[in-house]
Amino acid sequence: MANEKDKRHILSMLVDNQPGVLSRVAGFFSSRGFNIDSLCVSETHDPLISRITLVAMGDMAVLEQIKKQLNKLINVIKVLDFTDVDYVERETALVKLRARPEHRAEILRMTGIFRSRVVDVGSDFYTVEITGDEGKINAFLKLVKNMGIKEVARTGLVALAREKK
Amino acid sequence: MVDIYDELIKTDIRHITVRHEQGAVHAADGYTRASGKVGVCLVTSGPGATNTVSGIASAYMDSIPIVVLTGQVPTGLIGNDAFQEVDIVGITRPCTKHNYLVKRVEDLGKTLKEAFYVARSGRPGPVLVDLPKDVVKAATTYRPIKLVHLRSYNPTYEPNFRQIPKAAALIKEAERPMILTGGGAILSNASEAVRRLAWKIQAPVASTLMGMGAFPGSDPLWLGMIGMHGTYRANMSSATCDLLIAVGVRFSDRVTGKVEKFAPNAKIIHIDIDPTSIRKNIPVSIPIVGDCRLTLEKLNAFLETEELGDPGGVRRPWLDQIREWKATKTLKYVQNEVIKPQYVVEKLCEITNGDAIVATEVGQNQMWAAQYYRFDRPNCFITSGGLGCMGFGFPAAIGAQVAFPDRLVVDIAGDGSIQMNIQEMATAMQYGLPVKIIVLNNSCLGMVRQWQELFYDRRYAHTEMEATPDFVRLAEAYGAVGLRAVRPEDVEPVLKKGLSHPGLVIMDFVVEKEECVYPMVPAGAPITDMLLV
Repeated sequence: MANEKDKRHILSMLVDNQPGVLSRVAGFFSSRGFNIDSLCVSETHDPLISRITLVAMGDMAVLEQIKKQLNKLINVIKVLDFTDVDYVERETALVKLRARPEHRAEILRMTGIFRSRVVDVGSDFYTVEITGDEGKINAFLKLVKNMGIKEVARTGLVALAREKK
Repeated sequence: MVDIYDELIKTDIRHITVRHEQGAVHAADGYTRASGKVGVCLVTSGPGATNTVSGIASAYMDSIPIVVLTGQVPTGLIGNDAFQEVDIVGITRPCTKHNYLVKRVEDLGKTLKEAFYVARSGRPGPVLVDLPKDVVKAATTYRPIKLVHLRSYNPTYEPNFRQIPKAAALIKEAERPMILTGGGAILSNASEAVRRLAWKIQAPVASTLMGMGAFPGSDPLWLGMIGMHGTYRANMSSATCDLLIAVGVRFSDRVTGKVEKFAPNAKIIHIDIDPTSIRKNIPVSIPIVGDCRLTLEKLNAFLETEELGDPGGVRRPWLDQIREWKATKTLKYVQNEVIKPQYVVEKLCEITNGDAIVATEVGQNQMWAAQYYRFDRPNCFITSGGLGCMGFGFPAAIGAQVAFPDRLVVDIAGDGSIQMNIQEMATAMQYGLPVKIIVLNNSCLGMVRQWQELFYDRRYAHTEMEATPDFVRLAEAYGAVGLRAVRPEDVEPVLKKGLSHPGLVIMDFVVEKEECVYPMVPAGAPITDMLLV
């Protein structure tokens, strides 16, 4: 699917906090055969408004069209594209690792290096909470892979534009 | 829905009971296209709601403002697979401008007000409101709502003032300007402004199927329809012009043909209320987001203050070229011993003096209607353009007739498409709606057969209609009048007799089977690659 025209896009939308809005937004991607790589929806400081942060890969021209269409939706208040602006992004993941006795020290060392922490411990697993940008989480997952990942839950990316200094 | 009907009967709101929900939506749509007012239809839950989908999709593709009210099971049963439950809000999400599920009776008034506002404002479109039984049964106090304000929805009507002088500058330097009108020109009532602009700058005008009537068909600057079945001069003009002023069009594939070859020599000024239509298919020089009428009026006013020189003189070679195209490659057919469908439409235009409201079905009948009827006014050509929904014409004609009981409303149909909503004959009879149906009867699905003839080595796979009802007797069965013409000399008397009858009529014209719509541009080819007669 991916070709050189494809680019990673982070779209941040303010939308009415109502049933059906997410389905309308997601529909524009699915009807064009676009996969959504990550999606995060939650209420803002105004309970009537939610923020949707969405990451998708795709052709610039098609995404331009999707952005215009999203802006047209009655329940969408604002669409921001962080592709070419300065922004901060964060994601949190919970990673459940097999904790064989010989690996436990290594896992704890890793969590230290990544400034993450163990939030749940069982007889044969540790659950680690890690926060950072997408790259940091991917790096952590890559390093602990050999020890045995049981389950991963990622929140999906959230992002905000940087204010002018 | 019974609860609504039980109240409706106490009001003076005019209600027409149709025979099929698809007919109801098309009729509301036809009412809207003819009158400019928002048509409404009311259907029950489940199958009633699913039957509206083709009608809604057709209105959506053509930006027609209608409001569809659907029944729904009580809120407590939603999601329980209740009897006649269907998620119609989910089903119609991609084919409505917006839709609502009302869950509390307190929200009903506001939602309905908003539904009409959303339907008719900005780029118009169909809006669906789903009404659970307990919500419509409940009592509440009605509080009038004056203004709808939606923080997330603010259509741009006023064009950006910086764009007008830029457009004017392009117009001034153009040697071969051309105007192209679309459905947006009709929806925004821009006809007069288009006409003024065309004459002011001496630019010929072509139209898409949806824009027919936005510019008078009898005007000397008229080029005809553009696109796959456009006139030779309209298609050639688009390829030759150095400036294209596009008014309320969305450059669909049936208009542009191969997009890379469309208007290759032209700078394009594109006026549209919907920013998503601009630069979607075709790159443009000057985009102007705004209401077509307001924008053209501003442009015309600006041009008044400018020194334009002698547009007629500067553009003489251009207009002479178009005249030559018109003289040499005009629309034509040969009328021999079998009735030609084009002849029927041409005669209809002559007898009605171009004054009828013409609805069409979809296919060859639609193209011949667009080519051979003369539309001098907007809102008189009612056709399913974007969706191309067979079965649209007759119920839409019923809707138009409801809007204008005293005008002549004609449905130009094929023998295939008329059968797709023929049940509405009973509706027209019940309410005394004297629609005139013209069946161009070629005993086949003509447009598909044409493609088979031209591009599939005449393999007429499953397009033959070997069993077709006797339309004369069918009309009589409904209590209407049926007439038939089999020879060319019958055409005029049948039309005259049928059109002068005060009630519902089917006129069955047995026409040449292997007649094709020409010009024709093969799908995906540049629109200058026309197959001609």
